[in-house]
Amino acid sequence: MSVLVDRDTRLAVAGITGKEGAFHTLNNRRYGTNVVGGVTPGKGGQAVEGIPVFDTWAQVAEAAAPNTAMIFVPPRFAADSILEAAGAGVELVIAITEGIPAHDELRVYNTLVRDHPGTRLIGPNCPGVLSPGKANVGIIPASFFSEGNVGVVSRSGTLTYQIGNEIAQAGFGCSSIVGIGGDPVPGSSFVDVLELFQADEQTELIVLSGEIGGSAEEEAAQYIAERVSKPVVAYIAGFTAPPGKQMGHAGAIVSGSAGTAAAKALALEAADVRVGRTPTEVAAIAVEILGGAVRS
Amino acid sequence: MDLLEYQGKQLFARHGLKVSPGRAVTSVDEAVAAAAEIGYPVVLKAQVLIGGRGKAGGVKLAADPDQARVHAQSILGMDIKGHTVHTLWIERASDIASEYYASVLLDRSAKQPLVLFSVEGGVDIEEVAERTPEKLIRHHVDALAGLSREEALDIARRGGVDADVVEGVADALMALYEVWTEEDATLTEINPLIVTPGTAGEGGGREVRALDAKVSLDGNALFRHPENQGLSDSANQDPIERRASEQGVQYVALDGDIGVLGNGAGLVMSTLDVVAQAGGAPANFLDAGGGSDAEKIKQAVELILSNDAVKAVLFNIFGGITRCDEVARGLIAAFEEIRPSVPFVVRLDGTNDVQGRELLKQADLPNVHAARTMSEAAEQVVALARAGTSNGSVAAAEAGG
Repeated sequence: MSVLVDRDTRLAVAGITGKEGAFHTLNNRRYGTNVVGGVTPGKGGQAVEGIPVFDTWAQVAEAAAPNTAMIFVPPRFAADSILEAAGAGVELVIAITEGIPAHDELRVYNTLVRDHPGTRLIGPNCPGVLSPGKANVGIIPASFFSEGNVGVVSRSGTLTYQIGNEIAQAGFGCSSIVGIGGDPVPGSSFVDVLELFQADEQTELIVLSGEIGGSAEEEAAQYIAERVSKPVVAYIAGFTAPPGKQMGHAGAIVSGSAGTAAAKALALEAADVRVGRTPTEVAAIAVEILGGAVRS
Repeated sequence: MDLLEYQGKQLFARHGLKVSPGRAVTSVDEAVAAAAEIGYPVVLKAQVLIGGRGKAGGVKLAADPDQARVHAQSILGMDIKGHTVHTLWIERASDIASEYYASVLLDRSAKQPLVLFSVEGGVDIEEVAERTPEKLIRHHVDALAGLSREEALDIARRGGVDADVVEGVADALMALYEVWTEEDATLTEINPLIVTPGTAGEGGGREVRALDAKVSLDGNALFRHPENQGLSDSANQDPIERRASEQGVQYVALDGDIGVLGNGAGLVMSTLDVVAQAGGAPANFLDAGGGSDAEKIKQAVELILSNDAVKAVLFNIFGGITRCDEVARGLIAAFEEIRPSVPFVVRLDGTNDVQGRELLKQADLPNVHAARTMSEAAEQVVALARAGTSNGSVAAAEAGG
């Protein structure tokens, strides 16, 4: 097993004809992901390296039956593309696009809840989902990860690669790496992905990488205390971030006394989650726990 | 993107929310002329993006031209917690019967807009929430349906406003919500929302009016609002931050002496933390993103070094899609042009890291040190910054803290 993407993934990509979209789609296909189509309005009938392009999500859904959508279109078109994919019945939408207005994300999230409860959104502003050895949907550099029993969920891309690489160098692999993105209204939160990892047989340990802003880490801590029996190791970035400043990610901002790294780390520790002070320490704790599990 | 009070009030007025008539001015003469036009008594308010203006002497009442001149002279140019007052907002002084509080914000946890309302306005709302939570009405709005008039009336009634202003408060809430949605705001706040005493003889019509305005707009939505592009307090923005945003680089000024550059927001935040853990103080946050091209790296290095406080720089790259050998080439090219005078610690890890490190080694750039891990890099750069400080002047050492 693994979560979200695997050998059964049938991927279609919005924005496949763009430079970035084409590059990463082909990268994903080289990794072994089954790419069945693409969507670019006005370019229906064309093909990208043999991948058929359609004008609409309804058309690609009918012709190629994708079960996963990847969104690579510019911010101003992304919200509608996500909803169009959901409307065409695609169950999983992974939105890579960065810079979508917060109000659009709010509209997308609430429309999915109301009209398309069968569709799960990952992102936006995320690196995607990788299940090593099975499928890669997004921009995560797959070469750092091998197949294994660590599930990783993160609000940040490069930080995930950093932690994953250190775990890999210690000889451990991952079940899935899920980037939930750095925006204020993500389609899926830590809790949603923790639920998946808890249910996934392949996953034996979960690494959670959070950052300042919002309260998703605090909610994760509560969920872990109540529902997660697998060990969780966490990292929080942004201890030194000044209040009121947006640190790169749209959602990474300390508002008044809310959303600080210290509060998040405390909440997680109260739920018996070990919190590493550096990415290296997180990897070391994960390896220590896994090593222990192997010995016993 | 945070707006100054008067910019927020102008947005409010555009959406039918009542504000006092006023004008924004930048000189004493303009202030006096504006006051005469508006009619005394007037209030002169310092326009800065920081709380505590009143206590700092940045808000004054003037009954005549002499007072207006004296106050304008004292407030313009005043420093309020590091913010220089460049602009004054002058408005007609208001008679106040009651002070309420109203705001609309994005509840990230509920993933819905949240309306907050209280009859305990004019004070710190976090204190009201803590001391008398029953006096703070919290109402989640269905983001797809919007705020209905019935909901707005209900909020006003539940808040306990006087019966004669229920309609007026509901109007204000509806307008405030409209500003929030139509201007792509992440926060619209009025504190205080005042009720005027009304005038006897005219049916006692009491008015509900915004006496202050706090508005944050979503920078990602500015493409929909070209008219809002020029807002915010650019005069008080850090000059390097301003230049960075013009260049499309994510840069945040901090007050330490170690320049930091990395790729990816999370990794850069993490790098700042690791530098602090090693006993150093970061001078900035800079996310170079896919920092593979030499021109981009050169720009980033120039931004970091334009801060005179910087005594050493940490370059932390984890190559994913970005290849470390390309970063190394970019760095070498940039160094040939800029020739920085402060030491650099460069940590390259990830895709093609071995090649990247080898390129740097061959280039043998003066004062560039390679490190393998983040922690090692942080310790090195902190040591180099300290060494730089001890060679420098006493004043520089004190500034570096």
